[in-house]
Amino acid sequence: MVGIDHMTPEEQTELRRRQKSRNLALGGLLVFLAILFYAITIVRMGD
Amino acid sequence: MTILAPSDTQALPADWRDFFALTKPRVMTLVIFTGLCGLLAAPGSINPVIGFTAILCIAIGAGGAAALNQWWEADLDAGMKRTASRPLPAGRMQRSDARDFGIMLSAASVVIMGLAVGWLAASILAVSIVYYAVIYTIWLKPRTPQNIVIGGGAGAFPPMIGWVAVTGDVTLMPALLFAIIFFWTPPHFWALALFIKSDYAKVGIPMMPVVRGQASTRKQILAYSILLVPLAAAPWFIGGTGAIYGVTALALSFAFLGLSVPVAVRRSEEGDAMKPEKRLFAFSIVYLFALFGVLVVDRVAAQYGFSW
Repeated sequence: MVGIDHMTPEEQTELRRRQKSRNLALGGLLVFLAILFYAITIVRMGD
Repeated sequence: MTILAPSDTQALPADWRDFFALTKPRVMTLVIFTGLCGLLAAPGSINPVIGFTAILCIAIGAGGAAALNQWWEADLDAGMKRTASRPLPAGRMQRSDARDFGIMLSAASVVIMGLAVGWLAASILAVSIVYYAVIYTIWLKPRTPQNIVIGGGAGAFPPMIGWVAVTGDVTLMPALLFAIIFFWTPPHFWALALFIKSDYAKVGIPMMPVVRGQASTRKQILAYSILLVPLAAAPWFIGGTGAIYGVTALALSFAFLGLSVPVAVRRSEEGDAMKPEKRLFAFSIVYLFALFGVLVVDRVAAQYGFSW
């Protein structure tokens, strides 16, 4: 992978945009999993 | 297998949409649908949260297997028009990222299924992933023109897993649901392969129309369509469903058979529009959605005391 210092300004903007969208997607996934595991635990405790 | 340059020189990290594309979302809709139908048609009840988790795990497992399939077949995909724009052949992603993503999804789906739903369902899910990613993709697809018959097994697991998630055991009914998709896959896929066969020939995948020729493929499509008639109605014959399912299954299967006859008796020529093949392929998708949909309708109707 090319270092960020060697990128053109356009490439740096694109890199930041992709990093941001990936972080948001991953963050959303983690929140979803936390809620799901919480719900599973509550249900299984009742078994 | 050689690893080609484009992905190595890629400067930017892959977009999350490319990871999503690796999971073959369109195939996944059918997987989710048949898995859900298996779950809803099974006798007994399941907590909605656990049921949701079971379907989610089936979907994630299918996505993981699809990512592993694309990791392994990146070179082949690059040579086919239909698949050349996928994330790996287009050079939008590192090859090892796709492999790790696939392994991670597969492992996570099996572990979550085991802990939340049950280890029998999780075991069948694990078998289905290994079956698709290893036995089908790596081993048999490049070696035998029967690849699609074998590959059909991979797509046949979801309703069985959905059913087992509810009942906790494998009985004749989930085995029949497995068999229906297993025997549905060859005519479904060969109809497609008949009108896109030049692409598979180019990358050396031994698809039936390329290896055995059109005439043989067309005859085999008809043979599987004939088999589907008693098989699709079998859940009714063994008393696993009511007549709502049974009569609809027979009607759908005879329609499927009716559309496969013109495919079986004709020969295509240069510049052929391949209308009967395209019609059969399109109907085969409607067929499976309708068949599994009516399985659930039949079960719901029986629960409300409506059966004939």
